[in-house]
Amino acid sequence: MNNYGQVARGRESALATNKVLRNTYMLLSMSLIFSGVMAGVSMAVGISQGMALGSIIGAFVLVWLVLPRFENSTAGIFVVFAFTGLMGLSLGPMLSYYLAIPNGGNTVMTALGGTGVIFLGLSGYVLTTRKDFSFMGGFLFVGLLVILGAAILNIFFSIPAFSLAISSGIILLMSGFILFDTSRIIHGGETNYIRATVSLYLNIHNLFVNLLYILGAFSGDD
Amino acid sequence: MDTWIKIASAAFLGIMVWRLWPAANQWLKNGPKGSKKDWQTAIMVLLAVVGFVILLIMMVR
Repeated sequence: MNNYGQVARGRESALATNKVLRNTYMLLSMSLIFSGVMAGVSMAVGISQGMALGSIIGAFVLVWLVLPRFENSTAGIFVVFAFTGLMGLSLGPMLSYYLAIPNGGNTVMTALGGTGVIFLGLSGYVLTTRKDFSFMGGFLFVGLLVILGAAILNIFFSIPAFSLAISSGIILLMSGFILFDTSRIIHGGETNYIRATVSLYLNIHNLFVNLLYILGAFSGDD
Repeated sequence: MDTWIKIASAAFLGIMVWRLWPAANQWLKNGPKGSKKDWQTAIMVLLAVVGFVILLIMMVR
């Protein structure tokens, strides 16, 4: 009877984890499409760098101040779409710049495809091996703080080689965060699919932006 | 980049550092510790990402 209870609880837990995973990937795919549409709108309208920065700040204000109030209700889904829409909007000036230079379309598509392959490869690795990467948490968060500090310095010094080093570091950190976030979902560390979607979306967004920057620099167009 | 955009960007990143600090502290102090084998696996996976990015760079050159 005791064993039966343990098996039943284990099955319930696995079902709950699968539900979080399925809902996360469903919401993530829809929000990525919406974000792409908003990036297209942003390019068509031709928003400025200042407006792009305003979009990013608005998106993070939503995540920091609004999302915690709605993350356990369906209203949270609308906050996720508002967040990803603003993040997509912020990509406009960068995409317009790369698409305007020779071979820029190829660079953008390579960065987009590369981001997809990295995300699917890393997620697939965690989902098939079911390895727990939560031990990377301390390293990843401290690494992120170091990178953010370096990025603040580089805003004022604008050293190209330093920018490339920061982008390379962000690509590695976001890859680590994909392993970390996915393993937290499948091991029950993250049980809220709205928060999980925002985390994975940010990993993908940062991966794409920094991969595009590196590919743009090495293609000789930057 | 305009000076005001630089200042706003730096201020925004500074706020991000301030928001992330407690989480980083908490994960460092209370997060699970990985074994040598765990870290070797993670490093191998990240090296595969590095290799893939180098491949992408060679494709666009």
